[in-house]
Amino acid sequence: MSAPARQDIILAGVGGQGILSIAAAIAGAALKRGLNVKQAEVHGMAQRGGAVQSHLRLSADRIWSDLIPRGGADLILGVEPLEALRYLDYLAPEGRIVASSKPHLNIPDYPDLEAILGEIRKIPGSVVVEAESLARAAGTARAQNIVILGAASRFLIVDEAGLRENVRGLFEKRGESVLAANLKAFDLGRGAV
Amino acid sequence: MPREILLGDEAVALAAVHAGLSGAYSYPGTPASEVMEFLLAAAAGGGFRAAWSVNEKTAFEEALGCSFAGKRALVSFKHVGLNVAADPFMSSALTGAGGGLVVVSADDPGMHSSQNEQDSRFYARFAQIPCFEPADHQAAYDLTREAFDHSEKVGLPVMVRLVTRLAHSRAGVEIQAARPANTLRLGSRRAWTLLPSNARAQFRRLLDLQPSLVRYAEASPWNSLDLNPADRSLGIIASGIAANYVRENRSAGPDRPSLLQLSVYPLPEALIRELVAHCRTILVVEEGYPFIEREVKGMFGLPGKTVLGKLSGHLPLMGELTPEAVRAALGQEPLPRRDTAGLKLAARPPQLCLGCPHGDAFKALNEALEGFPGGNVFSDIGCYTLGYFAPYDAIDTCVCMGASLGMARGAAEAGVFPSVAVIGDSTFGHSGITPLLGAAAVDANMVVVILDNGTVAMTGTQPSFAAGGRLLRIIEGVGVDPARIRVLTPLPKNHRENVRLLREEIARPGLSVVVFVRECLEEAKKKTKTGGLS
Repeated sequence: MSAPARQDIILAGVGGQGILSIAAAIAGAALKRGLNVKQAEVHGMAQRGGAVQSHLRLSADRIWSDLIPRGGADLILGVEPLEALRYLDYLAPEGRIVASSKPHLNIPDYPDLEAILGEIRKIPGSVVVEAESLARAAGTARAQNIVILGAASRFLIVDEAGLRENVRGLFEKRGESVLAANLKAFDLGRGAV
Repeated sequence: MPREILLGDEAVALAAVHAGLSGAYSYPGTPASEVMEFLLAAAAGGGFRAAWSVNEKTAFEEALGCSFAGKRALVSFKHVGLNVAADPFMSSALTGAGGGLVVVSADDPGMHSSQNEQDSRFYARFAQIPCFEPADHQAAYDLTREAFDHSEKVGLPVMVRLVTRLAHSRAGVEIQAARPANTLRLGSRRAWTLLPSNARAQFRRLLDLQPSLVRYAEASPWNSLDLNPADRSLGIIASGIAANYVRENRSAGPDRPSLLQLSVYPLPEALIRELVAHCRTILVVEEGYPFIEREVKGMFGLPGKTVLGKLSGHLPLMGELTPEAVRAALGQEPLPRRDTAGLKLAARPPQLCLGCPHGDAFKALNEALEGFPGGNVFSDIGCYTLGYFAPYDAIDTCVCMGASLGMARGAAEAGVFPSVAVIGDSTFGHSGITPLLGAAAVDANMVVVILDNGTVAMTGTQPSFAAGGRLLRIIEGVGVDPARIRVLTPLPKNHRENVRLLREEIARPGLSVVVFVRECLEEAKKKTKTGGLS
């Protein structure tokens, strides 16, 4: 089976959770596969603990818009469940969500978590990952984004080896233990699906 | 050709380097900051000068000096930065450029991180200079290189207009061989000394150049007209990144609408006339204000034609364009969408970091003001603007860089007491020194609170020019009584003492300056990550 030649991905989370790092890992692996890439990011004010998202488009053909149309995303990757659900109107009818179960509680009116997770699970093929406990098991709670990347690797059109190589690229300058923990986080995430 | 993955901002910056750049100047501001971030890294290799400036006006003037000297110069800022630089910008159209002078103005439609969504193309038309508006990363690279050549050829500054979605999106760019820098060649005294007698001649020159600028735009391959001979119903004019949303949705069949894609201004009148003659309905799709639409439609519209766009309500007048909004304007059905069936998702606005020094300063200020009903806190632009939100609810205004001091004085003189200005160290350096000079001269009855965290935090911890000891010397230097300058440390353990001292200064008639000094947490984190090297 040959992989499809295009994929539109929304990455969602809270400023500081490492959305841009996993977007870069996927984009790097896609380029290696010879795909065109466009990746729209959020910088500036929103990065201060607010909702952040990135639109990542991969395609063998020319990509026009930097933004994914609402109703057009194949995949939503959420490092935080509320943030994953926030972009639900971007998801295509056959699209799926891969999201962390761990809420980031920096707002006073966070909705009922079970209701949030229930909505995510209602989407066929969607996966809720225990990203925080898996990241801790890998050696660092900060690696929740990489756990989600690992879980998502089951559904991405780029290959696992390419993703691992880019995870290595992200962390090899931070020392051996940080690198090892993130590679482990990737594997635990992949194993959770 | 080598291919690099770059942000739109970085594509512009790399093009400038390859165009033989000699000097680049900027002040941080989203979405333009990454232009200079990239240039600073590239300048480490030598060959050109790249530096953060104290504000956009000084940045513009530094670039203008470089251009005067015959060398290629880049100045970059966010859209509202051009307001600060508007004085030299407008007159630079009269002096003209020596070495290529490229003005990068990055607009923020949708106000992701800005106080308004003004459209820089109006400034280019106001100054009567060319404006290039790239649609994608490759165009950002190619057009920035061309902007330097064009600037030198016509002897005018050229604007490169970016918008957030291009500035902060990444894609592959093919790069070209680099060109060497210019040699030194000074401008003429007559052209560059804008005394009325000289300025009139220079303005004449600017007016005389206009037809050739339009001809250049008409001949440019970046303004392309695709007429569909088989269908005369709809013609689209799409500029900059708006063209991508059109191409994303446009049918390729025999009934495809004709398309005029624009990236080079002033508007290519002949091409627009050709499209309008061919089609019954004209749809104008542009990111920002209805700049082209208004021009095409005029006051009375086009006889026998229908012009659609933002003014007609077919596209939104505010916010940024989206693929789905353009899809609807093209008359296509929306894609099916899901919703959360009534489950309300709480908003998550940005907020101060946990343990941020600004939080401690606001807590102290709030408590100090409790005994003074009727007071008002005028604030400014930076992370501390987030003090507007709960749990702080600490500030009542934010308008533009430096407005806090001038407004606090004006309000105090109108009878507001206490009148408090809250401003960060870098914003103070940018535009707070002059109003403090004025307030000190009249001993205005106000308290100026300067939050010195030693960095430009909101935009990514760029260096501040008015922090630490230099900040204190500036405050004293503009005439503030040294007995009325307090330096406090915003930490929970100092809270009660800070409240007491603030109250004291609020109660004393005349001008006081209270400086809260504590390093930004992001800045501290950066130092740990890089082993203290940055």
